[in-house]
Amino acid sequence: MLGVFGLALAVPAAQAADPIKIGVIAETAAISGVGIPNAAKMAAEEINAKGGINGRMIEIVDYDDHNSAVDAVRAFQRAAQQDKVVAVIASYISEVVLALEPWAGRLKMPMITPGAASNDITKRVHDDYARMKYVFHGYLASTQIADIVCKSAKELLAHDLHMKTSVVMSEDAAWTIPLDEEYLKCLPAAGLKVLDHVRLSPDTTDFTPIFNKIEGEKPDVMITGISHVGVQPTVQWQQEQVPIPMFGVSSQATNSTFWKDTNGATEGVIFNMVSAPDVAVTPKTIPFATKYHQKYGNLPGYAAYTSYDDVYMWADAIRRAGSTDPDKIVAAMEKTDYVGTIGRITFLPKEDTFAHGMRIGPGYITGLMVQWQNGQPVTVWPEKVATGKMKFPSFIKLPQ
Amino acid sequence: MLALQILIDGFAISSLYALGATGFTLIFGVSGVLNLSHGAIMVVAAVIAWWVAEAFNTGPYLGAMAGVLASLACAFVTYRVIVRPIQDSRAIPREEKEIFVLTSTLLWGIMLQEAIAYLFTSNPKTVRPLIEGVVPILGVRTPLNEVLTAALSWAAIGLLYLLVNRTRTGKSLLAASMNPRGLTLLGFELSRIYVLVWAIYGVLAGIAGVLLGAFLGVSSDNAGLLTASAFSIVVLGGLGSVSGSLIAAYVVGYLETMTAYLVSPSIRTVPVLLLLVAVVYVRPQGLLGRR
Repeated sequence: MLGVFGLALAVPAAQAADPIKIGVIAETAAISGVGIPNAAKMAAEEINAKGGINGRMIEIVDYDDHNSAVDAVRAFQRAAQQDKVVAVIASYISEVVLALEPWAGRLKMPMITPGAASNDITKRVHDDYARMKYVFHGYLASTQIADIVCKSAKELLAHDLHMKTSVVMSEDAAWTIPLDEEYLKCLPAAGLKVLDHVRLSPDTTDFTPIFNKIEGEKPDVMITGISHVGVQPTVQWQQEQVPIPMFGVSSQATNSTFWKDTNGATEGVIFNMVSAPDVAVTPKTIPFATKYHQKYGNLPGYAAYTSYDDVYMWADAIRRAGSTDPDKIVAAMEKTDYVGTIGRITFLPKEDTFAHGMRIGPGYITGLMVQWQNGQPVTVWPEKVATGKMKFPSFIKLPQ
Repeated sequence: MLALQILIDGFAISSLYALGATGFTLIFGVSGVLNLSHGAIMVVAAVIAWWVAEAFNTGPYLGAMAGVLASLACAFVTYRVIVRPIQDSRAIPREEKEIFVLTSTLLWGIMLQEAIAYLFTSNPKTVRPLIEGVVPILGVRTPLNEVLTAALSWAAIGLLYLLVNRTRTGKSLLAASMNPRGLTLLGFELSRIYVLVWAIYGVLAGIAGVLLGAFLGVSSDNAGLLTASAFSIVVLGGLGSVSGSLIAAYVVGYLETMTAYLVSPSIRTVPVLLLLVAVVYVRPQGLLGRR
C-alpha cells in the first residue's frame, strides 16, 4: 500500500523536475548561424542558475539544418514529435523560416525566428491568424529594415555628405524582395535618387562586372541588401578600389570575424544592426556581448543577440502562462513587454500587417548603423548613441 | 573600354582556370585517375593559407607556402590512402576500378569539404594578396593581385612545360601517359612516376587554390563547383590533353566573363554548360582529345 502511494507521489514530482526543452534550429557551420544555439545556451544557463522556470530547468536541444529547408523541417518535426520541445527558435534564412511556418501551425508549436527578415513571415500570421498564430518574428521585417536604412541615409549621406544619387545592390532572395521595394520608395524620399537597381545571384563569385556596371552609372553610394554573400563582394570592392561607399544591409559584416575573413577589406563598410557590442542599446547589450566574447572567443553576430532575447522571452511567457500548453504560451507571448539586448520588445497585434512582428520606433527597437573602422565595429548612427564618426578608406571618392 | 575590361578580367580568370585544370588533366593523362576531390583540395590550400597567415601572423608568403604544402599533403593522402589501394586491390575487378576511384575520390572530397566547414566554418575566406594596390592597364583600373595571379599561373604552367619536355624525369612522365607498359619494360617503376605526378598535381592545385583564395575568395561550399569547373574544362579540351585544357580554360574563362559583362552575372556559367553539351554531342573527344 505504501509502495503504491510512493509511486503515485513520485510521478508528479518527477514531472515537475523534468526540464523544459526549447528547440534551436540553425546552420552551425556558418558564423551567423552558430551564434543562434550559442547565445540560446548562454541564456538558458543564466536562467537555470537563477532557478529555471518555476523550478524547472531549461534544456536547449539544437539541430543543424545546413541552411536547408528540408533538413530544417525534419528537425522541426523531430523536435515537436520526438524530443517534445515546447517552443522553437529557428533559422536566420527567410526561405527556411517560410518552410517551417506551416509546420508550426500544423504541429501547434510556438516558434520564433531570430534573424529572418521576409515580410511574408508576419503577413501569413496576419492573413491566417487561427492557424499561424504560433509564429513570432523576432527580427525586423525587410520593409522595416529598409526604412531604418533610409532614415539613416537621409541624415548621414544626404545631409552630412551631400550625396544625391544611389544604386541599389541586392542579392536575389526572398527577404530582399520587400526590402528593395521599400528602398526604391524611401531612398528618393530621403534625397537619394536611385539610378539603378541591381539584383545579383547569391552564387556570384566574381563581382567585378557588377561593380564595373555600377561605377559606370556614377552614383554617390551603393545601398546594399546582402546576407548570403558578403566576404567576396567586400574583398573585391576593396581590391579593385571601387570608389563608391557601401551602405545598407550586409549581414555577414555583423560578425566580429568579418574583419579577419576579409583581411580588413571591410574598412569603411556601413551596415545595419539592431545591437552593437559598443553601444548600450539597453543595459543588457554590452554585458551580453562581453560575456559571449569571453565564452566563445568572438563577438556575437546579429542573430545571437536576438536568439539570447528569444530564450528569455519564451521562458517569461511559459512562466506567465503557468503551463507548457502551446495556446497558452502563444497568448502569454503576445503580451510580452521585455527589455532585451536589442531594445524593448513588444509584438504587434493580429490586426497589424506585421502581426506578431516587433514594434519599431523610438522607445522600442530603433536599429543602428555601424561602420568597420580599424578592425572594430563603430556605431555611427543614430547620433544619440554613436560612438564615432564616419570614415572612409582613401580610394573612396565622396561628393565635393 | 568594356572590351578591354573583358580582355583583362577574362585573361586573369582564364589563367587561373588553366592552372587548376592542368594538374587535373595531368593525373588523368598519366595514371587514368579522375580525381573528384580536386575542388576540395584547392579549398584546403586556400583555407590553410588564410588560417596560417591569420592565426600565426606569418604574413602572406609563409601562409601561401603553408597552403601549397597542405595541398601537397592532401594529394599524397589521396593517392596513398584512396587511389592506390583501389588500384592494387585484387577484390575489385579491373573494369570496375575506375568507378571505384571516381566514387571514392568524390567521397574523400566531401569529407575534406565537411572537415573544413567544421573546423573553419563555411563562411568564405580570402587569402591576403601577395601584393596590394591597383595599376591602370590601358585605362582599366586593375588590381595588382589580378596581374600577379595571371603571371604566377603562367609561371607555374611554364615550369611544368620545362619539366615535362626538358628533364629525364619529365620525359618518363610523358612516356607513362603514352605507353605505361612500354615504360615498365624499359625498367621504369610506374609507381614512382605516379608518386611524382601526384606531387606535381598537389603543388599545382595548391598554387591554384591559394591564388583563387586571394583573387575571388573561397568557401568550403565552392569545392563541388571547382571540381565541376575543372572537369568541364578538361572534357572540353579533351581528357588527358594538357594543351587542350589550356585552350579550353581560355574558352571557358572568356565565355564566362563575356556573359557576365554583356548579358548578366547571374547566368555566368550557363553558356559554358551549353557549349559542353554541344561538345559532347558533336565532338565527344573534346578539342584536342586523342580518343
